[in-house]
Amino acid sequence: MYRIVSKERLAHKQTLFEVEAPEIAAKAQPGQFLIVIPTEGGERVPLTICDYEADKGTVSFAFHEVGKTTKELGTFEKGDRLFNVTGPLGNPSQIGKYGRVLCVGGGIMIAPVLLQAKAMKAAGNHVTTVLGSRSEEFLFMREKAASLSDEVHLATDDGSVGEKGLEFLTDLLKKERFDRCVVMGPVVMMKMVSEITRPFNLPTIVSLTPIMIDGMGMCGVCRVTVGGNMLFGCVDGPEFDGHLTNFDELIKRQRTMLPEERLSSILWENKGRCKCGRN
Amino acid sequence: MEGTEEKTASNPMNVDVEMPRQRPKERVKNFKEVALGYTEEMAIQEARRCMQCKNPPCIKGCPVDVPIPSFIDCILQGKYAEGIAVIKTKNSLPAVCGRVCPQEGQCQMNCVRGKKGDPVNIGRLERFLADWEREHGAQIPERTPSTGKKIAVIGGGPAGLTAAADLVKMGHAVTLFEALHVAGGVLSYGIPEFRLPKDIVQKEIEYVQKLGVDLRLGNLIGRIHTIPELMEQGYHAIFISSGAGLPQWTGCPGENLGGIYSANEFLIRVNLMKAYNFPEQDTPIRIGKHVVVIGGGNVAMDCARISMRLGAKVCLNYRRSRTELPARREEIENAEEEGLMCNFLNAPAEFYGDEKGWVRSMRCTCMELTESDEKGRQGVKPIACSDFEVDADTIIVAIGQTPNPIIQRTTAGLKTDPRNGTIIVDEDGRTNLDGVFAGGDVATGAATVISAMGAGKRAAKAMHEYLMNEGPRGERPSTGN
Ligand SMILES: Cc1cc2nc3c(=O)[nH]c(=O)nc-3n(C[C@H](O)[C@H](O)[C@H](O)COP(=O)(O)OP(=O)(O)OC[C@H]3O[C@@H](n4cnc5c(N)ncnc54)[C@H](O)[C@@H]3O)c2cc1C
Ligand SMILES: Cc1cc2nc3c(=O)[nH]c(=O)nc-3n(C[C@H](O)[C@H](O)[C@H](O)COP(=O)(O)OP(=O)(O)OC[C@H]3O[C@@H](n4cnc5c(N)ncnc54)[C@H](O)[C@@H]3O)c2cc1C
Ligand code: SF4
Ligand code: FES
Repeated sequence: MYRIVSKERLAHKQTLFEVEAPEIAAKAQPGQFLIVIPTEGGERVPLTICDYEADKGTVSFAFHEVGKTTKELGTFEKGDRLFNVTGPLGNPSQIGKYGRVLCVGGGIMIAPVLLQAKAMKAAGNHVTTVLGSRSEEFLFMREKAASLSDEVHLATDDGSVGEKGLEFLTDLLKKERFDRCVVMGPVVMMKMVSEITRPFNLPTIVSLTPIMIDGMGMCGVCRVTVGGNMLFGCVDGPEFDGHLTNFDELIKRQRTMLPEERLSSILWENKGRCKCGRN
Repeated sequence: MEGTEEKTASNPMNVDVEMPRQRPKERVKNFKEVALGYTEEMAIQEARRCMQCKNPPCIKGCPVDVPIPSFIDCILQGKYAEGIAVIKTKNSLPAVCGRVCPQEGQCQMNCVRGKKGDPVNIGRLERFLADWEREHGAQIPERTPSTGKKIAVIGGGPAGLTAAADLVKMGHAVTLFEALHVAGGVLSYGIPEFRLPKDIVQKEIEYVQKLGVDLRLGNLIGRIHTIPELMEQGYHAIFISSGAGLPQWTGCPGENLGGIYSANEFLIRVNLMKAYNFPEQDTPIRIGKHVVVIGGGNVAMDCARISMRLGAKVCLNYRRSRTELPARREEIENAEEEGLMCNFLNAPAEFYGDEKGWVRSMRCTCMELTESDEKGRQGVKPIACSDFEVDADTIIVAIGQTPNPIIQRTTAGLKTDPRNGTIIVDEDGRTNLDGVFAGGDVATGAATVISAMGAGKRAAKAMHEYLMNEGPRGERPSTGN
């Protein structure tokens, strides 16, 4: 089990894996995540589920190579096996008939936000999807987004395609009324979108990515402050009300192990091969 | 002949055989086991001290009724394989129990030898046999004919492993679901390597697997399958032993600063993910120069001793005084030999961080002892205007754990204690739901390895009766009996 049945390069350093895991596939729902351990003795990394096919017995996840473990994951090929995949973890998203839903995905999280868009659409909503990234070459799954949504907007930091930045959302919200907004992306982006939607009182759901270890409520490293309460990202979330989330604390907490993460990444790159000895 | 000897303080039979240990100065630099175990000669010498009492009080102190004098007799006769077999009739995890059981408060507390001197060191003898067996290869008992019953055990800690082992020996098909990628529960993620080497835990788990238990790792019950779903999948009975893994917090401002770990996070990083080997292992741990551990139990002691091994100066801050420290005496002594400082009668009030969000100091309030409560435990109350600040760049909060709530939240109708989330069970581990049993820390709150194992054994017996006599949900078993 946990055999990689397909590998797709989405963009530079961004990859989509479809993995054999029938029990997880049978249970997975939008908004949930997996804990992946690439090789024995490796780190437990949380990754959001971006698709599942119960019949085929597979789940998919996409990742961005940022540090040691995700870089190592990037060296896996179709047919390779992952040491362990645990899931589905976290609470499923609330999918209902809200009316007009705005789905915003940033960077690698475009992949899982499209699962939300799909579910929201299936629940009878009018879905507007916004795909955001650094520049055009990092914008993937555009056709998929178009086929799943009623409207698609593109946004890039450098303006190479679509809107430049996310400021256009304010104009969009002024023009059109939305009933719910779902944001998945880098924490700074989720913070920014939450600030944009706040004056419009648009309920905004963010999918938080605190550092996690067990992902099942045991260690507390994933604690976040939401509405003044300490909650655990893995069992109380990962989705929370963006207007109540203390993003600044989350950003600081995400950076607590930065020196160690850098060291690990540099050492791994210098070794030039992964520890599992496959190449 | 031993039983007839004179029992005076000068009698050498009143003194137990010391167990060799790594020296404090050396051991505080490594994660190798502190206590090194008896040699054969030592074990026989210690075994000789047992008087083979006719009505042995030691057994009464053992939560799983290990036939203590008879395994000790086997050591005397050099029949080690038999000795371990005797233990294993009652205890599937002797290498673990021989290391971490609080024997001083159980079997050894009752030992007749203890009246005039040291009790027989039952724990060290148990460990000796278990280690002997590991070196010589364990015997796997023959499989019992199948009863045709399927059982799900949830949680691979001592309670779950014990129940699974017993149930499979009774002929049931047992699937053990463990949420983490390694079984063992606290034995694997909590208790540090230098008290309980992980390869020993692994061997014990392999033994349980060899008995025929189907171990499924990375299966968080409540998410991948709920209890009602397991019932629908055809499991005839379920044993919940998901432990008490939810950390408690002080609730003081600043607790979410970087560098403030729950005991669990710290232990999981270091023990389960082997962060002490970082960067050879991928999971890091960041530890500063001045560590404060808040708490006073075994968990706090383990966190403190790990921190010292990671090179920090460590101070234990405890609310009550030294006499009330709940940790095992032996571990407190070990920790102090290794250089632990203690700061009694104070409680945290606030944590302060630097501009990067990393903790730098902590404000504490002095406490005083008040009258004892019903349980005879001293109360504490803060002393007004007594606050002081201490520098600390790492803080470990080790003030207790409550059960993981995922199963309770996803099992409609399961009765739990609203105060702490423990599952309510009767003596034999029956919950209010038909066919659903529970035991170990999830039912008692954080307790001990052996009490969890005792609960696993009692539940296994009750489940067997339930399956063979009453049948699931009132049905009669088709296999007959
Ligand atoms: C619920 C959840 C869902 C996620 N979904 C995705 C996803 O779909 N795709 C994706 O690419 N990334 C996702 N992430 C982030 C991903 O887990 C981290 O990027 C990954 O763990 C980094 O590991 P690394 O060793 O490669 O990098 P590191 O060098 O260890 O870290 C790089 C940065 O990643 C973050 N990070 C590190 N360790 C963790 C950890 N254990 N948990 C969370 N964040 C961490 C930190 O901000 C860190 O600074 C998700 C995180 C969470 C909590
Ligand atoms: C640091 C520390 C030191 C200790 N030292 C000692 C000591 O020296 N002596 C002693 O006797 N006791 C000691 N204890 C206490 C002892 O370890 C526990 O009482 C004992 O492990 C409880 O056993 P258990 O089987 O009930 O639970 P646990 O050991 O907690 O095991 C529960 C298992 O269930 C799994 N699980 C949880 N939820 C789910 C789910 N939903 N689905 C699937 N699996 C799940 C967990 O991952 C875990 O593996 C110590 C505890 C700690 C934390
Ligand atoms: S009580 Fe002590 S002396 Fe008596 S049988 Fe038990 S271990 Fe031996
Ligand atoms: S990741 Fe450990 S509690 Fe959430």
